[in-house]
Amino acid sequence: MRKHWLREENSVKRVRIGNGCGFWGDNLDAPVRLAEAGRLDYLTLEYLSELTMSILAVQKQKRASAGFASDFLDVLERLGPCLSAQPNLRVITNAGGMNPLGCAERARAILDHAGLTGHRIGVVSGDDLMPQLDELLAAGHGLQHLDSGESLDSIREQVVSANAYLGAAPIVEALRQGANILITGRVADASLTVGPAAFEFGWGFNETHRDKLAAATVAGHLIECGAQATGGLWLNADDSTNLAEVGYPIAEMCEDGNFTISKPANTGGRVNRETIAEQLLYEVADPAAYLTPDVVADFTSVQLREAECDVVAVSGCQACGLTDSYKVSIAYRDGYTSAGTLVIAGPDAAAKARRSGAILLEKLNQIGLTFEATQIEALGAGDCVPGVAKPLCDPPEVVLRVAVRDSRRSAVERFTKEFAPLVTSGYAGTTGYTVGRPPVREVFAYWPALIAKSAVQPRVEVI
Amino acid sequence: MLAKLSLIAHGRSGDKGNHSNIAIIAYTDVGFAWLRDHLTGEVVASHFAAMQPSRVIRYEAANVLGLNFMLHDILAGGASRSLRSDTQGKAFALALLQLEIELPDDLTGMLRTI
Repeated sequence: MRKHWLREENSVKRVRIGNGCGFWGDNLDAPVRLAEAGRLDYLTLEYLSELTMSILAVQKQKRASAGFASDFLDVLERLGPCLSAQPNLRVITNAGGMNPLGCAERARAILDHAGLTGHRIGVVSGDDLMPQLDELLAAGHGLQHLDSGESLDSIREQVVSANAYLGAAPIVEALRQGANILITGRVADASLTVGPAAFEFGWGFNETHRDKLAAATVAGHLIECGAQATGGLWLNADDSTNLAEVGYPIAEMCEDGNFTISKPANTGGRVNRETIAEQLLYEVADPAAYLTPDVVADFTSVQLREAECDVVAVSGCQACGLTDSYKVSIAYRDGYTSAGTLVIAGPDAAAKARRSGAILLEKLNQIGLTFEATQIEALGAGDCVPGVAKPLCDPPEVVLRVAVRDSRRSAVERFTKEFAPLVTSGYAGTTGYTVGRPPVREVFAYWPALIAKSAVQPRVEVI
Repeated sequence: MLAKLSLIAHGRSGDKGNHSNIAIIAYTDVGFAWLRDHLTGEVVASHFAAMQPSRVIRYEAANVLGLNFMLHDILAGGASRSLRSDTQGKAFALALLQLEIELPDDLTGMLRTI
C-alpha cells in the first residue's frame, strides 16, 4: 500500500537509500542536507564502532537513561521539517547503542514536539548479551577470541559490553510493523541498507535471494562510512574536489539487485571508479568472502561502471553463502591511557623531540614509575608510520607526542604532569604547551567472537 | 626504473581489530597485471618490516584491479589499545604507495588518465 512512492523507471522498481552519518562524530549538518536534497526513501545514520559501544556501556552503567548516541537527538530535531515535508521518508539508525529503548523515548518526545505524532518509532534490540553472558558461557557458548582462540575466562571480570551484530531481519520486521523512525542497537552496518531493500522488494533471508542480499550488502558497505564513498579520503582528491561541500552517498537499489551510488546534485566530492573501488575494499579482509549476518558477499564479483558524472553503476554482485552465527563484539577494561604533545622547533627537531620524550619518561622512572606500554613519536619526521615513512628533509619543527598505558590510574595521572616542565627544562625550541595537561581515559580493549544465531533473540517493538 | 608505486596505483587502508588492510588499486589493466606479478606479500612485508606484522596475506580483487593486503598484528593493540597517533593504520596505504620499486621503463598503459 505504500508502494506508490517507490520509483519505477523502465518498469524496474527502485528505492533510494542515503547515508548521512558514517560514525559518531560525523558532520552534524550532513543528514539534514542529504534528506533535503537526496529525494530519499530512506535516510540511514550510522553511529557505532567497537570503541563507541564500550563508552556507551559505561555511560549506561552510570546513568540508566544514557547509553545511546545522543548526537542523533539533535539531528532528529533538525530533521523535523524534512519529515513533515516528506511524510514517506523513513529514518533507520543504530544510534540506540546500548540503550535503544531509552533513545526511542527521547526521540518520541522530539517527534511529538515537532507535531509528528503520527510517526511511529521502531526499536530493534536483543543484541546486548551482557544480561545473559554467564548463562551463555555456562551453556557452552565459549565466545573464544576470534583470532587467538583464547577463552573469555581470562578477561570475564573486566567485560563491560558484549553485543551481537544483528542482521537486517529485525529491521524488515519493524518496517513491516509500520515504523517510520527505526532505532536499533548493534546491527551490522551494511544491514541498515539491506533491511529497507529486503523490505521493499520482499527478499527473504534465504538461498533464493542471496545474490540480492549480497548486492544490498555491497551497497550498504559502500555508503556506511558516509563521505568516504563520495570523495572523502580519496587518494586523488584535490582543491577541485571541493570537499568542503562534500555530498553524502545515495544507493539507488533496483529490484534485480543492481544499483547506483551517487550524491545530491550541486555538492562537492566525487563519485567515480576510484572512490568506489577504494571504499569497496575498505576494512575488508578476504574480498571474496565478506561476512555479515545476512549473507556472505563476494566483493570480487562486483562490476563498476561510470554511468554518468558522479554516478557509478554497480552490478553482478554474488553471494557465496549464508552464515549461522553472529559476530560478537566484546569490550573489556584494560587500564588507563593518556597522550600529550609539545612542539619542538629545529634544527634537529626530530632528534631533540625523541630525546625530550625519553627525558620525560626518565623523570618518571626517577620516582619509580615505569609503564606497561609507552610510545614516543616525532610527528613530522615519519613516526606516524614508524620506521617505514622516511622524512625528506630536516623538518623545521615536529610535534612530540608521548603516550602511556598502565593498569594504575594514579601512574597515568602523574605522567600527564611531566609535559609542562619540559617547556623550561627541555631543549631550546620547546613550545606548544597550549591546552594544559592531557586527559586520562580508560582503555576498553576489543574481543571479537562468534555465537550461534540460535542463542540470540532479536526483539522488535514499535512505539 | 626505480619509481614510486603511486605512479601506477592508488589505495586506501584501515583496521580490522589488531590487523590492518591495505588496498592497492591499479589505474589500468596493464598496471594491474604488473602489480599482480610484482607486488607480492613478501614485498609488502619487507616494506613494513619495522612495524613487525606477524604475517601478510595478499588477496586479489581483479574486478576493481585491486590487491588487498592483510597485515596481521601490526596495530599495536588496535583502535582502543594502541598508543600510536595512527591507531587504525589509515596512513599505511600512503606509506605503501611511497614504496620505491623497479617499474618497467615503459609505463605505457599503466599511468592514470582522466
